[in-house]
Amino acid sequence: MGRITPLLWLLFSAGGTVAALLFPVHLFLTGLAFPLGWLEAPRYEFLLRLVTHPLIRLYLFVLISLPLFHWAHRFRYTLYDGLQLKHLTGLIAVLCYGAALLGTAMTAHLLWNIQ
Amino acid sequence: MSVEPRYTLYHPRWYRRRVSVWWWLQNRSYAEFVLRELTSVFVAFFAVVYLWQLRALAQGPEAYGQFLARLKTPLFLALDAVAFLFVLFHAITWLNLTPKAMVMRLRGKRVPDWVILSSNYAAWLVLSGAVAFMLLRG
Amino acid sequence: MPSTVALTVARYRPEKESEPTFQTYEVPFRKDWVVLDALNHVKDNLDGSLSFRWSCRMGVCGSCGMKVNGTPKLTCAIFLSDYLPGPIRVEALDYFPVVRDLVVDLTDFVRKLKQVKPWIIRKDEKPPAEGEYLQTPDQVDTYKQFSMCINCMLCYSACPIYGLEPSFIGPAAIALAQRYNMDSRDQGAAERLKILSEHDGIWQCTFVGECTKVCPKHVDPAGAIQQYKLTAATHWVKSLLLPWGTR
Repeated sequence: MGRITPLLWLLFSAGGTVAALLFPVHLFLTGLAFPLGWLEAPRYEFLLRLVTHPLIRLYLFVLISLPLFHWAHRFRYTLYDGLQLKHLTGLIAVLCYGAALLGTAMTAHLLWNIQ
Repeated sequence: MSVEPRYTLYHPRWYRRRVSVWWWLQNRSYAEFVLRELTSVFVAFFAVVYLWQLRALAQGPEAYGQFLARLKTPLFLALDAVAFLFVLFHAITWLNLTPKAMVMRLRGKRVPDWVILSSNYAAWLVLSGAVAFMLLRG
Repeated sequence: MPSTVALTVARYRPEKESEPTFQTYEVPFRKDWVVLDALNHVKDNLDGSLSFRWSCRMGVCGSCGMKVNGTPKLTCAIFLSDYLPGPIRVEALDYFPVVRDLVVDLTDFVRKLKQVKPWIIRKDEKPPAEGEYLQTPDQVDTYKQFSMCINCMLCYSACPIYGLEPSFIGPAAIALAQRYNMDSRDQGAAERLKILSEHDGIWQCTFVGECTKVCPKHVDPAGAIQQYKLTAATHWVKSLLLPWGTR
């Protein structure tokens, strides 16, 4: 585990930065402003066209997958330290990073195939 | 002496207190730290919501309509509101800690913290504006 | 201004008890007294059996660290007047084994400090005839802050990770390793990387930041650790991309 810790930390840092800079605006719009009608939500056709652009596909991949790895790393340590679940450390690591990998794979699959 | 002296071979017994599982409630700093760490759960929550939105988009207008309707339910509005607050807390604590974690040196002198901080927040504003512009066009 | 203030002090006498108890003393209140003065008053006039460490009484030796009202402090650096009306609770530092009363055993830290090799490591020594190693003020500035550490252990006592995981190498050790890594005269960064990038090294730290908050010499160990994480991660990437040489 010590051999890939630097990689996991880099993913955590990158994910944290992506989440810090981009999630507030995305969450505000998609989760609050659009459903509540404060701002006009984009139409389906417009969004579909936007998402199929190759640069936007890349952007969305980074936007979703990196924060998932950020969560995985941070949550793993929160369970380990906060709840002192030391005896389950292997299982926790597999569940957290596994979930992040799964989410990343699903995102990649969707973004590759969407049109 | 009422108790037999507790001596090991070379020195008296040390006292070691076991750290309680509630250690993080002992003071405000620790509690804030754990709150900060828990923001990652809401970050993951929103990543999943976006993944779900992507899936709904791919499945066609009816599926997407259903997705939008779900987001309008009180449950999701409440979840999103709470998530927004936590994500904001993550963003502010993360951007504020960057100058400590990344020391940049320009021509031998350390770049002052306020320069890094203000560039972070400027980048935050610019990127948020760009995203809003892209999404509000149609 | 009151004429006395109460000091509630943790006592632990292994020959008498199996757990710490508390004893309260009324000490005179003087506006220029620090908590260490009050403890010395207790030892000199009220209870000679109270055990605690102190030395320079001016914040440079790091001996008098104790937990005061729940926070690790140097008792020679905090005034009684800041803790009115009292009672002031004085205990031994957290996360270290208590030997007696307010005295803790610091062997664990000393061992870890040795592991990070806190000295200038050179591959090639300059002969004395060639003169000293020269440094510009900017070069000193890169590591000066980390050299201020007085090994007082307040940071270890504040770090919840050290409390939960006693094998964690800890803030002061990493800050001191950085003090030498950043020193332009030093050539030992690679040797220290081996120890620090182990499981119980820097990667245990989750940037709680308490260590920096309690440090009396403004060393900022939390900053040192995060900076070193980036260095170690960069080194790891480089060794992956260029396996034949990263010196």
